[in-house]
Formats: sequence, C-alpha cells, structure tokens
Amino acid sequence: MKTFNYHSTKDVKEATKLASSSSAFLAGGMTTIPSMKLGLASYKDIIDIKRIKKLSGIKVSAKSVTIGSTTKHVEVANSKEVKKALPSLSALAEGIGDPQVRNRGTIGGSIANNDPSADYPSACIALNATIHTNNRKISADKFFTGMFETSLKKGELIEAIEFQIPEKSCYQKYPNPASRYAIVGVYVAKHKSGVNVAVTGAKSCVYNEKNISNALSKNFSASSIDNVVVSSSGINSDIHASAEYRANMVKVFAKKAVEAC
Amino acid sequence: MASLVGSRVERKEDKKLLTGRGKYTADVTFAHQTYAYFVRSPHARAQIKNVDISKAVKASGVVSVLTGKDIVNDKIGGLIAGWRIKSEDGSDMKVPPHPPLASESVNYVGDHVAVVIAESLDEARNAAELVKVDYKVLKAVVKTDEAMKSDNIYKDIPKNLCFDWLLGDRAKVKEAFDKADKIIKIDLINNRLIPNAMEPRAANADYNPSTEEITLYTTSQNPHLARIIISAFNGVAPENKLRVIAPDVGGGFGSKIYPYAEEVVCSWAAKKIERPVKWVADRTESFLSDCHGRDHVTHAELAVKNDGTFLGFKNETIANLGAYASVFGTVTPTYLFGPCATGVYKMPAAYSNVKAVYTNTAPVDAYRGAGRPEATYTIETLVEKAARELGMDPAEIRMKNFPTQFPFQQTLVHSVDSGDYVGGLKKAMEVADYKGFEKRKRDSASKGKLRGIGLCSYFEACGIAPSPVVMMLGCGIGLWESAEVRFNPTGNVTVFTGSHSHGQGHDTTFAQIAADQLGVPIENIEISHGDTDKGPFGYGTYGSRSLTVGGTAIVKACDKIVAKGKKVAAKMLEVSESDVEFKDGEFIVAKSNKKKTIGEIAFACYLPGTYGEVKSPLPEGEEPGLKETSFFDPVNFSFPAGSHICEVEVDPDTGKVELVKYTAVDDFGTIINPLVVEGQVHGGLAQGIGQALHENCHYDDSGQLVTASYMDYTMPRADNFPNFELGFTCTPATSNPLGTKGCGEAGAIAAPPTVMNAVMNAIGTEISMPATAEKVWKACQKMKKANSEAA
Ligand SMILES: Cc1cc2nc3c(=O)[nH]c(=O)nc-3n(C[C@H](O)[C@H](O)[C@H](O)COP(=O)(O)OP(=O)(O)OC[C@H]3O[C@@H](n4cnc5c(N)ncnc54)[C@H](O)[C@@H]3O)c2cc1C
Repeated sequence: MKTFNYHSTKDVKEATKLASSSSAFLAGGMTTIPSMKLGLASYKDIIDIKRIKKLSGIKVSAKSVTIGSTTKHVEVANSKEVKKALPSLSALAEGIGDPQVRNRGTIGGSIANNDPSADYPSACIALNATIHTNNRKISADKFFTGMFETSLKKGELIEAIEFQIPEKSCYQKYPNPASRYAIVGVYVAKHKSGVNVAVTGAKSCVYNEKNISNALSKNFSASSIDNVVVSSSGINSDIHASAEYRANMVKVFAKKAVEAC
Repeated sequence: MASLVGSRVERKEDKKLLTGRGKYTADVTFAHQTYAYFVRSPHARAQIKNVDISKAVKASGVVSVLTGKDIVNDKIGGLIAGWRIKSEDGSDMKVPPHPPLASESVNYVGDHVAVVIAESLDEARNAAELVKVDYKVLKAVVKTDEAMKSDNIYKDIPKNLCFDWLLGDRAKVKEAFDKADKIIKIDLINNRLIPNAMEPRAANADYNPSTEEITLYTTSQNPHLARIIISAFNGVAPENKLRVIAPDVGGGFGSKIYPYAEEVVCSWAAKKIERPVKWVADRTESFLSDCHGRDHVTHAELAVKNDGTFLGFKNETIANLGAYASVFGTVTPTYLFGPCATGVYKMPAAYSNVKAVYTNTAPVDAYRGAGRPEATYTIETLVEKAARELGMDPAEIRMKNFPTQFPFQQTLVHSVDSGDYVGGLKKAMEVADYKGFEKRKRDSASKGKLRGIGLCSYFEACGIAPSPVVMMLGCGIGLWESAEVRFNPTGNVTVFTGSHSHGQGHDTTFAQIAADQLGVPIENIEISHGDTDKGPFGYGTYGSRSLTVGGTAIVKACDKIVAKGKKVAAKMLEVSESDVEFKDGEFIVAKSNKKKTIGEIAFACYLPGTYGEVKSPLPEGEEPGLKETSFFDPVNFSFPAGSHICEVEVDPDTGKVELVKYTAVDDFGTIINPLVVEGQVHGGLAQGIGQALHENCHYDDSGQLVTASYMDYTMPRADNFPNFELGFTCTPATSNPLGTKGCGEAGAIAAPPTVMNAVMNAIGTEISMPATAEKVWKACQKMKKANSEAA
C-alpha cells in the first residue's frame, strides 16, 4: 500500500473541505481499503467520516425511511423500525456479503461506489429514493449514471438516503456464489403511482426494467411477467453467468419477488 | 486404566490454535530482519530478453535485488520432479529445467523472475515495480486437451508431452471388450482446483555467518524433505548446516509437501546478504503460485454383461502438469490414479493410459486425495451410467461387482488386505433411508423441485509407504516414518515424530497412542514435530499416512521402551525378566505383586545410583537413559473404503442445486479418536463437495488466471452444507499393529462422484463439474425441450 494522510473528521464541513481530486472518504472501507492494498487505487488523503454523528442513524415516518450514509448494513438489517416499515430493505441489507462486510460496510459507501452488482442501488431505484448530499438532493433515477459512476461531484458527501415506503415490495437476489454480490438482483416495489422493477447485477449499471414494470403496473401478478421479453443484449456476461442466463434470471427473480410480495 | 484408543479426546492443540496462540512462520521475526517481494511474470509464456534492476537497487530501503543470473552464477540448482515415470515405449519422462528465478523464459503467470529484498515489505514491493523486465511474449498453451496439438513450450519436449504411461494389459482388455454385451462410455473433465490453505505459504531464513548455519522457518508439511531438497538439489547449504522448522502450519492439503522457489531463494539470499530474509505470500500470490490440483480430461469405457457384471475397463486420460513437473506432480496422475481407477470392483481386465502434458499454467501437484479423487470420479460416474443404461438399481450393480474375499488382488496393482464393501454399502443405504427416496422425490416434485440421489462406493490406497515398492515405481525417496519416544527423568514423555501436523490433530491422536502403550496420563505426553534439529529424519504428512505409518513407529518405539523397562524393573525387583509383566504403566511381578511404575523406572534410568553404596538399578551392560527410536516401513499400503449417498434438490427455474442430505459410511479400520476422524471426514467432504458444485480454477485463453481471488474463485461456505450423517464400519488393516487405514482424504475422494451422480439423477442428463446453477439450468432447459419434443 502506498502511504497516505489519514484525517479523522468531526463534521461535514471539515470533511468536504479536505476533499480533493486525490482523496477518498472512508466509510466502511470495504471497497476503498482492498483497492488500495491491491494497488488498484491510491490516494493522498483518506478522510474518515465515521465519527460524524449526523451521518449515522435511521428515521422512519409514515411515508419514508431515511438512512444516514454511514449507517452500517448490519444496523439496517437488524433495525426493528425498518423491519416493520420496509421489510424488503432490511432483508436486502441482511443479504449483503458476509457478517464481516455487514459489520463495516455502509449504505453511503455502497451507493457512492455504485458497483454494478451491489444491492442497495436497486433499492434506491425501486423505492424512488432521494439522495441527500451536503449541498443538494438528487433523485435516484438521476444518481446512478454508469458503471462505478454517479452524479456526485468531487468532494460531494452523501448525508442520507430517503426511501419512499411502497404498498408492497420485495427484493430477490441470486448471489454470486464466490463473492455473494448479486449476479442478478431484482427489487420489485408497488407504489400507488405504479410499479418499479429495479435490476442490479445484470447490466453495467442498475436500471429499471421498464417492460416488466409496465406489465406489473397493469396487473400485479407473477403470471403477467410470463410473456415479457427480456433481451440479453447489453446484459453482462462473465465466468459466473452468461448474458442469456442473466436475462432469464431477471424474469425468474422478478416472478419470485412478486410471489413473495 | 481405560484405553484412550477409540475415545473422543478433545484436541489438545485447539486451545492454542483457537485462541490465537499458535506460532506460524509469519509470526517469526528475527533481529535485522529484511523482507522479500518477488517480481513475477505477468505473462503466461515469454522469453526474458533483459532484466534491468538499476532503478530498483537505488530505491529507498532496498538491500538487494537478485535475478535469475545470480542463481546461475551461484550454481543454485533447480526445483525437482521427485518421481520418475516411464512411458509405455520405455522412454524416460521429459522434464524441463525449473530454476528458482527464471533467467531465460517464464512459463506461467506468477513464475518467479527476481526478488527484491528491503528493510520493509512496502519498500520491497514498491521497488519491485521498478524492476524492468523486457519480455518477448509468446503464444500460451493453456488447455489440457489442446496441449499436444499446440506449439512446443520447451524445444526439447515434443507435443508438450512429459510421458505417455500405461498400466495394465491392452490385449486382455480388448478380449474382454469383444465379449461384452454392452460398452458404456463416458467423457469427463476433472476440474482444476486451487488448494487455498488458510495460511498462505511463507518462509523466513536466518543465516549465521560465524557458524555458517541457515535456519529456515517455513510452511511445510514435510520439513525434512525440504531440508534434503534444498541441500542436495538446490545446493544452498549442506544438510548439517541447514535447519528447517515448520512451526504451526495452517493447512496444506498437499500444496505444502515440498519446497517451492521462495524457500530456496530466501535461504540462498539470507546467506548472500548475511541477514534474515522473510517472505509471506499474499492471497493473490497463493492463487497464482501454489501448486494446483486435479485437471484431467478423461475418456473411459466399461465393458459389461447384460446382467451388470463388469468385464473390462479402459481409461484414457490427459493430465495437465502445468508449466513444470513438480515434486509429486508426475506420480499423482499415474500410480496414485491409474490403479484405483478400476474402483472397488472385481474387474477382470483393465488399463489406465495417461498422457501428462505441460501447459502455461501453475504447476499441478498432489491435492487432498491426489489421483484417487480423479480415479473414483471416473469409475463411479461410469458405473452409475452403466446402471442407468442397463436399467439396474445403482446399488445393485455395485453390490454385484464387489469382491467379498480378502485379501483381494485388485486388477492393476494393489493387494487389498481387508474390507467389507457389501456391509458398508448396506449400512449407508440404511442410514440414508435409500428406500424412502421415491417418496421424498414426490414431495420435492410437489414443490416444483427435482430431487436426485447419488451413490459412490470407493476404495483408495493410502498410508503411503512401502519404501522398496514406491522406489521401484520411481519414487525418489523412501516413505517409512520415524518416532523417538523420550522419557524425561521425572517420568513425563516427549514423542518426536517425523510426520507433521498442520491441522490434523496429531498432538492428540499420537498422544492417545503413546498414553495407551506406556500407561502414562495423556497430559504428561508432548508430541513434537516439525523441526529437523529435534528428533530423527522423517517423511512428513500426506497420503493419509501419518497415523498408519508414523503412529506405528510410535508403537514400535514404545515397545522398545517397555522391553528395556522390563530389564531394569527385573533388576530393581530382584526377579528374572520373564517374571515381569507390563500393564497400565506398571511393571509387576505376578507372584509377589511387587511392582515399579514406569515413572520410577525412567527416574532410575536417568539417575542410576544409590546413596551410600555403589549400586546401579541397571542390569550389567545396560546403558543409562530411557529413549528409543523406531523407523517403521510397512509391508503394504492401507485401503480405506466406503459408500457415500447424497440427495440434492434442483430448482429447474434457476438451476440452483441444494444439497439436502449427505451420508458417509467409511471403513478406516481402527479409529483412534472418533472426534478427530469426524473432523477429517467433514473437511474432506467440504472439499469434495466444493469440487462438485462450486470450485473451478479458470485461465483465459491467454493464460491469465481469471479466478485469482475470492471474488471469483468460489470457496464453499458453511451454509452450502447440510448436516453430514456419518457412519463407520470396521475391518482392521493387517499391515500395521494398530489396524488403522487413514481417513484424511476419503471425503475429498468420495464426494465429487456422489454429488454429481445425484445431480445427474435429478436432471436426467450428464453435466460437468462444477455443477453451477447456470450449467444445471441449461441442462434442465435442454431436457425440457427434449421431453416436449418427445411428447
Ligand atoms: C467480500 C465483500 C463482499 C461484498 N458483498 C456485497 C454484496 O453482496 N452486496 C453489496 O451490495 N455489496 C457488497 N459488498 C460491498 C460492501 O457492502 C460495501 O458497501 C462497499 O464495499 C462500500 O461501502 P463502504 O462503507 O465500505 O465504503 P468505503 O470503502 O469506505 O468507500 C467506498 C467509496 O465510496 C465513497 N464514499 C463512502 N461514503 C461516502 C459518502 N457518505 N459520500 C460520498 N462518498 C462516499 C468513498 O469515497 C469511496 O470512494 C461487499 C464487499 C466485500 C469486501
């Protein structure tokens, strides 16, 4: 690992002021530290944001669940309030990686990183989330812009993620057997305004599978997915799963999700 | 005193290992320590045109940078192939040079080119980036079944063929096949695996310039072998000037049997720079450069009669050796594979023909089971297919062909001393509720799941030994084992063994044996291994040999202690030796009930005098001290056997295979400690199931290792397994006094065909390992299509 300066920050202002083009925020470190150790990334400044109290915690209202950016996966998985208001979200958190990862990894780190097979981005899309940063609010459909890319500006800090509580929802994931990231993850959420079917793992970036969303908006039942065609073009192919298989699993897991709603 | 053999004594070593008090090679740091980082080839195949170290030597903290040229200049010998195999045409195997640091060519991604030694690991690693190697990249040979048709990697080795070996009689096989009612054929791939010991390999060598001694700490299953190879073949230091210590070792599974380039280089470099040199592999290096396992492409045929009787067997295999012939790389796909490929059956005629090929991949060597998993997978999937094609029950066809008379002369090599294959399979069927399967299958079907059942009956040859036999077959070393039993003056005992424990629980099992033999409480017995300066030469741990060979050496050494003790007791008790009996730690004179404890005898042996008079407790001519050594070379291998049954549920929509039930009934002969044995079975099963369902080493066409981390290489995890149901039968081995047979590898040998037979039974078609969800899903789709077309 290359040497770097470590800063432990107390508030958002201090953290964002230190940020530069060669810095990274340190939340759970589950992505940042391995990439530094493997020599895939190096930074001049590492800005630890875990001690900023304001960034951590869960707030539930009648309409939404708001989660602070440094809240760990294990906290979301175990939260009684989330389990009650939005059980699909706590179930998603419980299915991330392994206990070590869940005990350190954070929601803010996960969506800032926007790994194409991460779980949380699908929740953001399905649950019409709003990303609150230190200087603006970004709606989820504008946030995830590409593989490992978001609309965050350099040094912009995610403070919280606000999820809309739907009528019904369910997340179904086919985990990569090695890493346990999603080979395909499908988040189905039925809102008053319509159904969102967010898919992760299948393409270079999370997306709303409009064909299935539309079919379900018309008729919210597993059988209405049967005749939807999910094309394998643009779908990822690697040693773990071909595009053909992934495309089929999008449908299979969407059905499973609807059935389990 | 109750016998400890057979009881579930808790593992003595676990307190240390589970509380972080183990001492591993990486925990050893010397004064004036330096750190090594290896420059490795990023290419699968290339010529080295130039290595420029000028920038690296000037980098911060760098002590020395050494390259292949230095190896040549210092006349350091290459790594060796330890087993000589001849081809069918009588020619010797062809082995390319394997220098510890390459100077002319690199032959797999991860091959060693240079080493940077610095004051800290970070400095060594940073400077390694400054070593500029000028490569001429060549087209890599990657695939096992294409190696013979590809460019020659080494100019003197045509078709990349190391040897083309035959065991068996082609003419007799032809005769048998001509008489057959039916010939069952199968094409198999035995997938390449990466061992993944929990502790990565490591070496730390210290050199003392005034005594000229090197002390090498290393992660070895076999420190004595490391010493003899590094001395006699690499020529780093004479044997008496090289001490090798393998302290606690965190797993090996075969990958740590022999020394690698890194240990040789650290020892040599420590002498050169006169400072200790430490190297600890990071996980990526482990993936790239630990020897891998398996990697066979096999075509096999079984000639049968319509009633299911086996007439003959053919096995045509291409085995991938990787880029170099590793120490046991050549025996693994031959003598450890070929003989066992006829399985646990009467097989009137058989041959195994193995072509071993070089490719631009990491060397392949023994990995838990070494050859026997490949053999068992071949015959057991073939037998299952025969049952399917003949419309017979898979248990019935097996029963029909089991030998029932022992000793049983197996077709290709082995004379199997004992066994009860029929009893084993019957017991497995009972434990697994074989009869109830059809109902469970219907229950699964009602949930939309396909349920399958799979069987495997195996035997294997382990307890790897008789030296004259293995040396006749080409082994470069003997395979006996040693023990030294040393009483301390106060009556407790240290047992030195030439084998090595790297997780198997020898500290407990061996102490149980010594406790029973000597009548000394187990707490008073210490097992010592892993240090060439302590105890006699030995051959280490692999091939499920430690207990049958090494444990027997302990028994024999204890016998000698008791024999001497009897003489001393007789003198002390003033009776004749024949009047003394030894039982439960006491030398007793039956007539008078006079006795001496073995502790008193030990004391007397070390303090042989009496206050106030000149009187020795030792008989005339008897030397003081109480310490005996034994070197045990058994007359035969040992032959564990068993039957495993597994049930899977397949989700046809996703292809996911769930292992719902796994039964293993094994015959390991006498069981010393059931707790330890069950642990060994569980571990072996996890590895075998890993091979069947999860693990796969994948190189791309250019020879880059795609599965070089846990993000891509699927290690099985606890939640991938059901509770294993274990059972045992026991026919003691006759080749050693304990009657033990070895249990370390059985799980990894039996599980792959058991699981695959279940998967294939569920989906109704053949499929290769690992049975990943996508493969199974595709097979289900194919079957669905075929069924609907048929209907
Ligand atoms: C073995 C393993 C398995 C995993 N499995 C899964 C899985 O199954 N599913 C899954 O979804 N994920 C998985 N992950 C990812 C994990 O869940 C983490 O969420 C992820 O690694 C990043 O979160 P972190 O808190 O560790 O971020 P860090 O590593 O600390 O940071 C990652 C990046 O995000 C930026 N960042 C962090 N916080 C903020 C913020 N508040 N505002 C702006 N930028 C920020 C940092 O600058 C950095 O660039 C796995 C990780 C590992 C190591």
